[in-house]
Amino acid sequence: MSTLAEEIKKPEILNGVERPTANALEHEAIYIIREVAAQFEKPVLLFSGGKDSITLVRLAQKAFWPAKIPFPLMHIDTGHNFPETIEFRDRLVEELGVELIVRNVQDSIDEGKVVEETGKYASRNMLQTTTLLDAIEEFKFDACIGGARRDEEKARAKERIFSVRDDFGQWDEKNQRPELFDMLNGEIEIGQNVRVFPISNWTELDVWSYIQKEQIEIPSIYFAHKRNTFLRDGLIWSAEDDVVFRADDEQVEERMVRFRTVGDMSCTAAVESHADTIDKVVAEIRDSRISERGARIDDKRSEAAMEKRKQQGYF
Amino acid sequence: MEVLKIATAGSVDDGKSTLIGRLLYDTKSMTDDKLEAIERTSKQKGYDYLDFSLATDGLVAEREQGITIDVAHIYFSTPSKSYIIADTPGHVEYTRNMVTGASTSQASIILIDARKGVIEQTHRHFFINNLLRIKDVIVAINKMDLVDFSEETYNKIKADFEELMKKRDYQDQNITFIPVSALKGDNVVNASEKTPWYKGQTLLEHLEELDQKDIYNTGTPRFPVQYVIRPKTDDFHDFRGFAGKVYGGELSVGDEVVVLPSMTRSTIKDIYFYNKQYKTAPRRSSVTITLEDEVNVSRGDMLVKANDLPTIDKQLTATISWMDSASFTPGGKYTLQHGVNKVLAKVDAIEHKIHPDYSGIEENVTSLQMNDIAKVRLRLNKPIFYDRFKDHRTNGSFIIIDSRTNTTAGVGFIE
Repeated sequence: MSTLAEEIKKPEILNGVERPTANALEHEAIYIIREVAAQFEKPVLLFSGGKDSITLVRLAQKAFWPAKIPFPLMHIDTGHNFPETIEFRDRLVEELGVELIVRNVQDSIDEGKVVEETGKYASRNMLQTTTLLDAIEEFKFDACIGGARRDEEKARAKERIFSVRDDFGQWDEKNQRPELFDMLNGEIEIGQNVRVFPISNWTELDVWSYIQKEQIEIPSIYFAHKRNTFLRDGLIWSAEDDVVFRADDEQVEERMVRFRTVGDMSCTAAVESHADTIDKVVAEIRDSRISERGARIDDKRSEAAMEKRKQQGYF
Repeated sequence: MEVLKIATAGSVDDGKSTLIGRLLYDTKSMTDDKLEAIERTSKQKGYDYLDFSLATDGLVAEREQGITIDVAHIYFSTPSKSYIIADTPGHVEYTRNMVTGASTSQASIILIDARKGVIEQTHRHFFINNLLRIKDVIVAINKMDLVDFSEETYNKIKADFEELMKKRDYQDQNITFIPVSALKGDNVVNASEKTPWYKGQTLLEHLEELDQKDIYNTGTPRFPVQYVIRPKTDDFHDFRGFAGKVYGGELSVGDEVVVLPSMTRSTIKDIYFYNKQYKTAPRRSSVTITLEDEVNVSRGDMLVKANDLPTIDKQLTATISWMDSASFTPGGKYTLQHGVNKVLAKVDAIEHKIHPDYSGIEENVTSLQMNDIAKVRLRLNKPIFYDRFKDHRTNGSFIIIDSRTNTTAGVGFIE
């Protein structure tokens, strides 16, 4: 294996000019991540194993190279993750040599802090919030870096890059700090923390194009594969995982599918796809007529679903 | 891909959200599920057209009141560019949001209702675009369908606006007039057949053709140090890299630099972006720089070219836009954040308030309230290294933080 020092190549010639590529979004994100390391005492990167948090990890690597990422990663594990995601997570952390903190929603359930939902639409997605807030308190994190993007959902479109949360983790959308030019104000009181969104301005396509260009490895469920599935409410659900409730009359059928987001299995539907390589995925997203969160049942609960979750401290 | 950030300004009911919705719809950036939601809601409300404003008015309170209350960001793209629209509300009480949205934008759209023409609000919108030195401004004369696409009406509004332009401070601003109907889709993305007298581009065509040089104000290179990278590993035992973003111009290996405030001279040894070395760090790139000499550099320091120093001073005069509910008063103490550098600031004096509609100034002002704009004098506990805002958009601006509440209370543009 080559050392990092050996990996430094001599200037890469791009269009005859010896300068880094002008991906404004990438430079912006790196700037934001560096501000977090500089302005906060105990930052953490929230890592779900999804493509957005994987992208964040690469950006953090770039921000501090040749030093290691100067903060730990934390995974709030619902216990309902796709097994591929967990394997991937553990491998990545080992390669990076950074600390990984895992906190389990199951523990919050066992401690009686939250109650498991039941029925057809039961999901642990909402329950994550309690586990996250407890972990923030346990480790006294003052900044949590997350992979949320403003293009995902209407309530997210108003989110700041540095978003201050109170003791209860709540988001007060009417009382947000203005963000001017590049200046990020990370001043907070004890007990408050800041959620930081370095890829706020990226779209789903931007993320996929970046993964393609950087040749970043992502969990296999993002690519088209054969899976036993069933249909409900016009969405395709995995029939291979016990945590997804399936009624007896919901028929199982093998389909060629992939996942566009990898949230909690119980609320993440698949899409029919033959995109089995990153190039094909990028092409598919470019032509897609369905928004990314269109396959997330948690947002469909009501038109204001995301806004309500955020006020309660959801990421 | 190129990214263009656009601020929008318009009064309530000028059709700003509709215009944005139209841009999304006609560029096919609106996905089927979002479109279905709009169709469903429009139908529920009994409209016989699609209410695109529903695509952007996100928060529950907004849907209830039917207004936009904060800066929202909307994304769409064409094969050649990615666009980010900062949708800011236009009512009088929300100057702060307009200033905020404009601060990160390179272009701006001012909407005028063709039936109403240039109104007081238009003055304010133009004033803020001018104060923030937005380089490209599009005046979209909207609701042309309601004035029968009249060329006369368009010309009258254009002439009124040109009258307003005589008052502007920033003369290099490029201003384009376009007659549109956001509701019907005329001259937004597709050229209209109803305005044969209009020979110019559609709104999107204009945006598509904007070049980097049309939208960025360039200046001299400034490199505020964000973070010092010291890996202390075997391979990089003596590595001391200065991480930051380059503003104004570009820096290259071999450039002779001065470190502020220590005034130490050195030369740029290497420029890194991740694990690659480059000869040049272009404007707005987040790089890591090493120097030939062992120099003491920490966060908040600045590297500049040796022959091009900024002003280094503990006193400054600036135009500020106040954004906090707590008032700004002489004698008040604040934290001033200039780039990544923080110092303490004391208000020496409020020279005068500036009416943001070009109607003049007001002297003998004792305090500033939210949405006020004024010229003030500040004294700092340590010198900062600044340029005038008109010479350097980044190094000539700062934010004011209320030390008691930690909130961002205002923004300043240095004279």
